Formats: sequence, structure tokens, C-alpha cells
Amino acid sequence: MTKTSWDGAQILVKSLEAQGIEYMFGIPGGATIPIFDALVTTGTKIKFVLTRHEQAATHMADGYARATGRPAAVLVTSGPGATNTVTGIMTAHIDSVPMIVVSGQAATHMLGKDAFQEADIYGMTMPIVKHSYLIHDTNHIPRIVREAFHIATTGRPGPVLIDVPKDISMAPFVGDPLAAMELPGYNPEAPAPDPATIQAIADALLRARKPIILIGHGVIISDACTAIRTLAEKIHAPVTSTLLGKGGFPESHALSLGMLGMHGTAYANKAMVEADLILNFGSRFDDRILGVPARFGRDAVKIHVDIDPAEIGKMLKPEIVCLGDARQVAEALLKVVGNPDTGAWIKHINALKKDFPLHYRRTGGLKMQHIIEELYTLTGGKAVVATDVGQHQMWTAQYWKVDRRNDWLSSGGAGTMGFGLPAAIGAQFGRRKDLVVSVSGDGGFQMTMPDFATACNHKLPIKAIVLNNSYLGMVRQWQELFYADRKSGVDLEGNPDFAKIAEAYGALGLRIKRAADVRKVLTRALEYDSGPCIIDVQVHKEQNVFPMVPAGKALEDMILEPRPRRGRPPVAARKK
Amino acid sequence: MQNNFTHTLSVVVANKPGVLARIAHVFARRGFNIDSLVVSSSMEGNVSRMTITALGDPANLYQIIEQVKKLVDVIHCTDHTGEDVVVKEMALVKVHVGPAARTEVLQVADHFGAESVDMTESSMILMAVGDSDKLEAMLKLLRKFKVVELCRTGKVLMARGELPT
Ligand SMILES: Cc1ncc(C[n+]2csc(CCOP(=O)(O)OP(=O)(O)O)c2C)c(N)n1
Ligand SMILES: [Mg+2]
Repeated sequence: MTKTSWDGAQILVKSLEAQGIEYMFGIPGGATIPIFDALVTTGTKIKFVLTRHEQAATHMADGYARATGRPAAVLVTSGPGATNTVTGIMTAHIDSVPMIVVSGQAATHMLGKDAFQEADIYGMTMPIVKHSYLIHDTNHIPRIVREAFHIATTGRPGPVLIDVPKDISMAPFVGDPLAAMELPGYNPEAPAPDPATIQAIADALLRARKPIILIGHGVIISDACTAIRTLAEKIHAPVTSTLLGKGGFPESHALSLGMLGMHGTAYANKAMVEADLILNFGSRFDDRILGVPARFGRDAVKIHVDIDPAEIGKMLKPEIVCLGDARQVAEALLKVVGNPDTGAWIKHINALKKDFPLHYRRTGGLKMQHIIEELYTLTGGKAVVATDVGQHQMWTAQYWKVDRRNDWLSSGGAGTMGFGLPAAIGAQFGRRKDLVVSVSGDGGFQMTMPDFATACNHKLPIKAIVLNNSYLGMVRQWQELFYADRKSGVDLEGNPDFAKIAEAYGALGLRIKRAADVRKVLTRALEYDSGPCIIDVQVHKEQNVFPMVPAGKALEDMILEPRPRRGRPPVAARKK
Repeated sequence: MQNNFTHTLSVVVANKPGVLARIAHVFARRGFNIDSLVVSSSMEGNVSRMTITALGDPANLYQIIEQVKKLVDVIHCTDHTGEDVVVKEMALVKVHVGPAARTEVLQVADHFGAESVDMTESSMILMAVGDSDKLEAMLKLLRKFKVVELCRTGKVLMARGELPT
């Protein structure tokens, strides 16, 4: 950044580059043409990826960040270009994913005058960003970009929006490209773990007979994985994770209970109910894992380790609170923990695993679980898996054991349908050598399906699996179980032939209709390397995900088994 | 089962655009009604001070304070409810009053240390400064006259002695 005759757009691109941005996803428009031009004139190293929709661009940046731990940028135009990013920003925000969103904006003197494609994206996104900027002076650009990165990637990460009016990007830059940050109110450094609190946790652990470690996304973000594993092995405690904590502790480990919560494993939920100590690292005690907060861990000593003071006491009142970085806390704890007597507890846990395993019937139609299990076997679990949202997501979470951090990409807090495919695309850009699979439902897949083109253009060898039950399955399940099977607005009639969609893009389209074909077709997909493929898997239409803790119920109210289908009431529409 | 009462917070913020909107969002989202809000400059040029009084449940307020502290442009945020602090506000009151009752109004004003800052044949504006209780008491007495306009600044606060606010 030595040349001084840059304009705003050019200094913006150079500043982003200086922060190590590798990829930028998005779509141009009037307000961003100067910035797109700067991508050319600066000869930047940043690779721009043209997407088909701005929402997909945000999920790509999100997937890239979750899979690599590094942020990517999104570049969109003003008005509709900017508003199309709202879902993706919200998805990243609630899951603490770093992201830089640069939006073009109408010229400064037109703001507030309903100019063409003027939208107050800065105002609209205020509650869903970690921070945001509307640039008022071209000379502020390098400082703002530096601040944006610092904010997005430190402490509890999150998205930062930078709104750039067109006159700002076109004006000459005469400022300091190395201008320092001005963030007097931002202190992301986690406080060093308080020794007295660490000792209190160690003492509580020593007294515990039935301890359980609960891990959330914080463990992955802070890379506390090794420390947590050593800790679990040392104190001999089982580990369960939230949907986003998957991969924070190897799920193939004997001490792993897999995921807990609404569709968690029966043994994880039962263990949670029985535990006398719950040691939570970096999970925000989300309502999908608590069930009823007042009934969660009623008799247990609850310990909450979190970097964000605003999470402490938000959902429940823990007995011990430890503010800090999950990794630093786990490492400090390792130095002082003793050996609690958990022999009987582990024995009991193993019995629970044996008595209440995940299971499904292989007969009576093709099951989603079968696909996930087979894929797991064929790949040895060595893949980055991005899911969409719905039944397929929960089965994938149950059956796909994640052993490494950053190998599991799922929209947890937001539950954003349409996340899976673009997240997988972003992940593959960041991890060229790794196998990347997206698992979507037929509903969510169609929300961002046009960006299959992006995967094709870049010949990304993604395996896009569509678990096709011709329904918005998860909603249909709720209607069946809690609304006397009155189906309303869930029938995805008119679905396309997804394999043919792939072919229309010149990509490989595969189809699975019978259990007998699963291995053969998945093998074919895994061998195919010259671009993306779609595997349209036509599964049983009316399967339900169990275990299930119904909304508003406590973990101990978990439903284990589907009720017999014979007794099902007739479909309301057919009554007449 | 909400246990509402009034809290007085002092928030020190970097003087950046949007910071007020962000703080207001946090309160609105959690159902806290802001009763009064005073934004003013502070000793340092690029730092502003806000004094916010709001009605709501203390447990909820704890969350709000933490959320407000999390905002990038917020330097600190403290709840001064129940602390040893000086809290003052100012009120302007316009009373429609002719020559006949003027003396009585002025007596009330005098008692509360209020000044008359404008006077016409038929009206008068009083300016009162002090604790909210004092202002309330004065307003109560003035009610028997024709009070037509009232404007209060909202509370400003400062910790007593050497304690910083
Ligand atoms: C954008 C968005 N719209 C609506 C929903 C509500 N929703 C949650 S799961 C679901 C059904 C998903 O259907 P599909 O993608 O086919 O997956 P399935 O449950 O059948 O596996 C819906 C509509 C959502 N999570 N996201
Ligand atoms: Mg479906």
C-alpha cells in the first residue's frame, strides 16, 4: 500500500487485501461498480466469486469461515443487493461467525431521499451485526476496514457491515493507509481465568460423582478441543455437545455422548438429566438444549464458562461462573483437577448407550439415516459436512460423528433453510483438498439451488445430497405429532428432478431410490472429481425424527419411539 | 411476575454516529421503556455521556447492561440505582395566569427556588432545577392554575465525592 493516488474504492480493496482476505463473494450493481472496477485496477490478490444470489454469498462467506476459522468478505450493491444479505448476516451473527459485508450505497447527498436503490441497510441490520459502519469520509476507509476485521474476528466473533456510499468510493483518498484503530469501547481480550474460580470448579468436580461436560461453539472458536479432550480423559467424564459444538470433542471417542437437546441422543439427554455436575464450555444454554430452563439440571452443580458476560445468567443461574476463553479455562483447569470417582457413572452411561441407542428400521422404505450412515462408512467420516435445516439436519447430526473442529457446518441459532449448499461451496473454496458434502432437504435445497451454478463454474467437487421426502418434513412432523396430522402448507408437490437440475448445469446428477443402490451410487459420487454433483435421494416420505423433546417440555419428557403408525388419524384434507 | 422499578444508568460512549440507536434497540427489544435520556458532551472531546432512566425488572436490566456494554462504541455502562449520587433535572413550565393570580404563582415558584423566565399579560414560564421529587411537588401545587406546557430535561447524574460516575 505504498501508492498514494488511490480512490476510495481502491483503498477499500487494498485495505481488505491487507487484512488477508482471500475470497469475496457477491454480485455487483450500480453503487458498487467503482469497487468492482477497483478489483481490476488494483490487481488485488483477492479472488472474487460471483454468486447467483446475495444470500448465498453470505452463506458462502459463513461456510468458508466455519471451515477455516478465517473470515471472508461479501460485496453487494445497495438496496436489494444489501437487503438480500440480511438472512445471511443474521445466521452468522447468532452463530458467532466472523464475516465482513461490504455494501454499496447511494451517494451521501442522496441518503434519506429515497434515491434509486437506497436502503438503510446500516439501520436495518443494527440488531444482527456485531458492529457496522456507514462511511462518511473516504479517508476513514483503512481505519474502518482494520477495525471491522478486528471486531469480526476477536472475542466472540460476528459479522461486521461496512456501507459505502458511491461518492465515498469515487473520491480520491488522501489519508493514512496505516491509520490506527480507534476503538476505546472495545475490549475483546478474555479475562485471564480467575484462579479462585478455577479451584472452585476443580473442587466441585472432585466432589461430583456424575459429572458431564457440555461443549458448545465456543470450544471450536477458541480451539479448546485438545484441552477439553485431555480434561475429559483425565477426570473421566462423558462429553456431550450442542449442534454447533459438534467436532469440539471427537464424537467417535468412547466418552462422547453425541449431541443433546431436542433431537439429541437419548443417552446424552438421560445423562444430562441424571448428572450431578454440568460443566458447560462455550455453549449459551440455548432453548433447544435446555427444554424448560427451570427444570434443566435442577439437582446439578451448573458451571458456565463463557467469553461473553452477556451470556452469563441469561437462560439460567449457574452455581459457578467462569468468564474467559474456553481454551484458557480448560488449560488452567487441567493443572488443578483431581480424579473424581466416576467409575459407576461411566458404567451407567455405557449401559444407557447400549439400552437406548440411535436406531432405525432398514426395512419399509429408504431412510435418511441409512444414507448418512453409509456415507460415513464410505468416507471414514473424513469430510466437511454442511447441512441445511430440517429433519435431514437432525439425522445428520445424530448419525454423522464429527471428530475434528471446523468439519461441521450447520445453521444452529437461526435454523436458516438454504444454508447448506452455499456453506459447502464456501467451505470448499477454503479447503480445496478436503472432501466437502452438503446434506439438504428438498425444501431448503431449492432456496439457494441457483448457486449450484457457482459450484459448477469453479468445478468444486462438492457432493450435494438432497434427502428428498417431498415434504417440508420437519414441519410435517410437528403437524403429525402435535396437530393431529393436519398437513398444512408442507407438501412440496412440483419438486423438480434434482438429478436433471445437475445435468442442466452440465454437472453430474445421480439418483437413489432403493436401499440396495445406496452404496453403489454414493461410491460413484465420491469417485467423481471433475465438478459438483447432485444426488437426489428419494427417501421415505413420512418418517419422524426421534428422540424428540417436544417444544416447551423438559429433557426428561423426551419421546423415544414413534407411536404406531396404524393408529394415525386420517389426513384432514381427505375427510371430506 | 415482573418486579418493575426505575433505574438510573450512566453510559459513556465513543461519540460515533449510530451509537444512540444501538443503545435504544437494546432497551426496546427487551421491553424496557426509557423514561428519560440525556446525551451530553463530557470532559473528553470524542466521548459523550448518556444518563438513562428506565422502568423495568432488575434481572432483565442486568442483561440489558451487559448487552449495552457489548456494543463496540460503549466505553462503560453503570447502574447507579440506590447509590450515593446527585441526580438533578430541570423543568420549564408555562402557566396561563393573569395579573390576579400572578403573585400566588410567584410564591410557589419562590418556595421551590424556581425562576420566572418569561412573563406576559396572560402567561408565565417558570424554570425549576432540582431533584425530581421537588419538581413533582412544585407541579402539584401549580396544577390549580392553568399549566399549558411542560418540558423536562430528564435526569442527569453524578457520583458524589471522589467516586467517578
Ligand atoms: C428460511 C426458512 N424458512 C422456513 C423455515 C421453517 N422450517 C424449518 S424446517 C422446515 C422444513 C424443511 O424441509 P426440507 O428442506 O425438505 O427438509 P426436511 O425437514 O424435509 O428434511 C421448515 C419449513 C426455516 N427454518 N427457514
Ligand atoms: Mg423435505
